[in-house]
Amino acid sequence: MAAASSFTAAAKFLAPVAARSGGDYKAPLPLPASASVRPGRKTAPRLRTALAVSSDVLSGNKAAPAAAARSAVTREEALELYEDMVLGRIFEDMCAQMYYRGKMFGFVHLYNGQEAVSTGFIKLLNQADCVVSTYRDHVHALSKGVPARSVMAELFGKATGCCRGQGGSMHMFSEPHNLLGGFAFIGEGIPVATGAAFAAKYRHEVLKQSSPDGLDVTLAFFGDGTCNNGQFFECLNMAQLWKLPIVFVVENNLWAIGMSHLRATSDPEIYKKGPAFGMPGVHVDGMDVLKVREVAKEAIERARRGEGPTLVECETYRFRGHSLADPDELRKPDEKSHYAARDPITALKKYIIEQNLATESELKSIEKKIDDVVEEAVEFADASPLPPRSQLLENVFSDPKGFGIGPDGKYRCEDPLFTQGTAQV
Amino acid sequence: MAAAAASLQYALHGVGAASASAKPRSAAPGRSVRVAAAAAAAARRSGGLAVRARGGVMVARAAASADAAAESKSGGHEVLLFEALREALIEEMKEDPTVCVFGEDVGHYGGSYKVTKGLAEMFGDLRVLDTPIAENSFTGMGVGAAMKGLRPIVEGMNMGFLLLAYNQISNNCGMLHYTSGGQFKIPIVIRGPGGVGRQLGAEHSQRLESYFQSIPGLQMVACSTPYNAKGLMKAAIRSENPVVLFEHVLLYNLKEKIPDEEYICCLEEAEMVRPGEHVTILTYSRMRYHVMQAAKTLVNKGYDPEVIDIRSLKPFDLHTIGNSIKKTHRVLIVEECMRTGGIGASLRSAIIDNFWDYLDAPIMCLSSQDVPTPYAATLEDATVVQPAQIVAAVEQICQ
Repeated sequence: MAAASSFTAAAKFLAPVAARSGGDYKAPLPLPASASVRPGRKTAPRLRTALAVSSDVLSGNKAAPAAAARSAVTREEALELYEDMVLGRIFEDMCAQMYYRGKMFGFVHLYNGQEAVSTGFIKLLNQADCVVSTYRDHVHALSKGVPARSVMAELFGKATGCCRGQGGSMHMFSEPHNLLGGFAFIGEGIPVATGAAFAAKYRHEVLKQSSPDGLDVTLAFFGDGTCNNGQFFECLNMAQLWKLPIVFVVENNLWAIGMSHLRATSDPEIYKKGPAFGMPGVHVDGMDVLKVREVAKEAIERARRGEGPTLVECETYRFRGHSLADPDELRKPDEKSHYAARDPITALKKYIIEQNLATESELKSIEKKIDDVVEEAVEFADASPLPPRSQLLENVFSDPKGFGIGPDGKYRCEDPLFTQGTAQV
Repeated sequence: MAAAAASLQYALHGVGAASASAKPRSAAPGRSVRVAAAAAAAARRSGGLAVRARGGVMVARAAASADAAAESKSGGHEVLLFEALREALIEEMKEDPTVCVFGEDVGHYGGSYKVTKGLAEMFGDLRVLDTPIAENSFTGMGVGAAMKGLRPIVEGMNMGFLLLAYNQISNNCGMLHYTSGGQFKIPIVIRGPGGVGRQLGAEHSQRLESYFQSIPGLQMVACSTPYNAKGLMKAAIRSENPVVLFEHVLLYNLKEKIPDEEYICCLEEAEMVRPGEHVTILTYSRMRYHVMQAAKTLVNKGYDPEVIDIRSLKPFDLHTIGNSIKKTHRVLIVEECMRTGGIGASLRSAIIDNFWDYLDAPIMCLSSQDVPTPYAATLEDATVVQPAQIVAAVEQICQ
C-alpha cells in the first residue's frame, strides 16, 4: 500500500559508527532479512519499519533499502522548517545565557541538537492537534506556535508567562495551541496523550463532531529512557487496541542523563517494540529534518484517517548536558564531535542552498529575524511583572469551592483574603 | 433525616455486627453525674464566650438533603447503595454525552461491585470503556480525556489498586490545573470500593483517603447511604474539580428509600445524622454505622450524642462541625483510616486551630491500628474501631 512504500522510501542505512561512550555494545548476529521488516498483525496496516541512519542503535551492518532521495520540499516549506529550527536553537542558547545570568532558576533542559524532531513533526500539525511533551519542552511549545515571549516569560517566572509563572520550564501548557504539557516525570505524559487521542476518537464516534480532515491527532514526545517504563508499553497496547489517533515519537538521544541507552535497554532498537503491539515501528535519522518530516507525515496521516498509532524512533543527540545543572562529563568528546558534525540545522542549510531553494543571505535574514524575536522575548520577559500575591490561591481548583466552607459558614473563596492570596487554606 | 438513617437495612453481613455485645470499659456514670460535669464545665468558661451560638440553625443545611429523602413527593423508591450509584451514572450519562466511564471490567462484566451493570449496553463500549489492567495509564488517560473536554469517571476495581495510579492522581489530577495557569480543567471522578471488608487481606483493605488528602487541588468525599451515594456521585460528576469518591465494600448492599425526583448533594457539606447535646461524634463511611450502634447504647445510658457524617473528607465542612462543637464542647472522631497521618489527625488539628476555645475536653480520635489489615477475623476486628470502644470513649470524654 501507499503507506508502506512511503515509509520504505524514507529509509536509508549508513554503517554504524563504533560504539562510543555508551559502552561496548555488540550488535547481535545479523537477523534473517525478514526480521528487520515487521508488519503488524493482519488487521494492522502493513507498514514496514524503515531503517534510517543508525549510529548506535540499529543492529548489524545488514543490507537495507537503497537510500532514497529525501522528499522534495517547496521553498516555502524549507524556509518554514529552517526558521522553526533556528528559533529553537537560538531560543535555547538564550535560555542558557539567561540561566547563568540568574534570570531563570531550577532545572532547565535544553533541546539543542534535537530540533529536527520537533520541527519535522509539529510543523505538520493543525491547531486542533495536540502535543504532549516532557521536561524538555520549550522547543515543542515554540514549534506548536506558542509565542517565544510567552515561553520566555514563563521561564522568568513572570505573570505574563504562558502558565502565569505557575508552571516553569518543565510545565509548559497552552490551551489555545493544544499544548497539553510539560510533564516532568518520566512516562507520565504518555497516558495523558493517549487520553487526548481517546477524546478525539470519542468526539468523532460519540459526539459526532467530526472535522472534514479526519481525527485530531496527538503527538506524544518522550525519550529513550522512557521506553523502559511501563507506561510506555501500557499505552502502546491501549492505543493500538482502540486504534487511537496518536503518534509515539521517541527522541532517542542515546542518554538518559548519565545512563547510556545501550546500558539500559535489552534490545536498543526501540522502533521494534511497535510491531510487538501490532503497530508500525519506524526508525528515522533524527538529525535530518526532511527524513523526519517524511515519516511524520505518513504517521500523522494514518492517525488522522483512523488507522491507529505509529511508533517512530528518531535517533538524535543533545548538544548540551541533560540540564544546565549537568556538567556533561560522561559523554566522550569524540561522540559529541561526531554528532556536532551532523548538526541538523547546518544540514538543512546545506540542502537548501544545494537545491537552490534559497540563498545564503536569505537564510541569514531569517537568522537575523529570529535573533530579534528572541531578543524581544527576553525584553518582554524582563519587563513583565512578577505574579502578584493575589494569584497564589487562584487555579488550585477550577471551582474554588474546593477550598471548602469555613467556620463562618461561607465558602473560603468568598473571603476577601482569598482573592488577596493571603487566606490560610 | 434521622428517620432516613434509621430506615437503612443492614442487608450485608458485616455491617454493624458486633456491637450488641459491646461492653463499656469503664463504669457508666449516671446521667446526673454527666450533667453536673457539663455544668461545671460551663461555669469554667469565661463570660465572653456566652455569646457563642448554641446549635440553632446549625443543622438546617446539613439536614436539608437527608430530609428530602423522606419527603419525596412521589413516595420514592428503594434501592441498594450500588444501585443508587448506578442511577447517578445513568442519569448523568443521559444528561451529558461527555460523561464516560473507564476501568477494569466496568463494561461487559458490569463492574466488580455491579455499579456499572448494563451501562455498556445502554451507552456503548466507548462510553463505558473496559480497560486493560493498567491503573496508572488508564487514570492518566482520564486526565488527558478530561483536558480535552470529557468528564471521565475512573473506577479502581478495588480502591487499593489506585496506589498504582498515585502519580497520575497527584501530579496530574491534583496539580495540572495549577501548573497550566488555570488553562486546563480536570473534571474527573475517581471512585471505587475501599475500606476494610471481611477478611480481604491487607492489600484489598486500604483506606487511601490518608494517602490522597495532602494532594493539592483534589476534593475527596465518602458516601455512606444510598441517598448520599447518588447525590454525591452526581455532584462529583458535575464538579469542575477532580473528585475522589470513596465507597465502602461493606456498604454496597445497604437499602434505603430515595426520592424519585432528581436531587444532588453538596460536595463540601457534612451530614447531620443524629442531633444531640452532649458530645459531637464525627465519622464517615462505614464507621457511621458503628457509631450509630454505639449511639443506641449511649442513649440507653443517658447520653445524647450528636453524630455527624463529615462526608467531605477534603475540605472539611468546618461550619457544621464548628456549630456542633459550639453546642457540645466535646469531640470524638471515629474513623476507619490509619491513625498516623489519617483523616482524623487532620480533623483534630483543624478543630484545635479553629475551635480550641470551645472545647471542654481533649479531642479523642479512634482510628484503625497502624498495622497492615490482618486476614484473621479476630485480628481484623481488633484493627478497626468497634462500637464498644466508641461507647467507652464517650463515657471518658463526658466524665
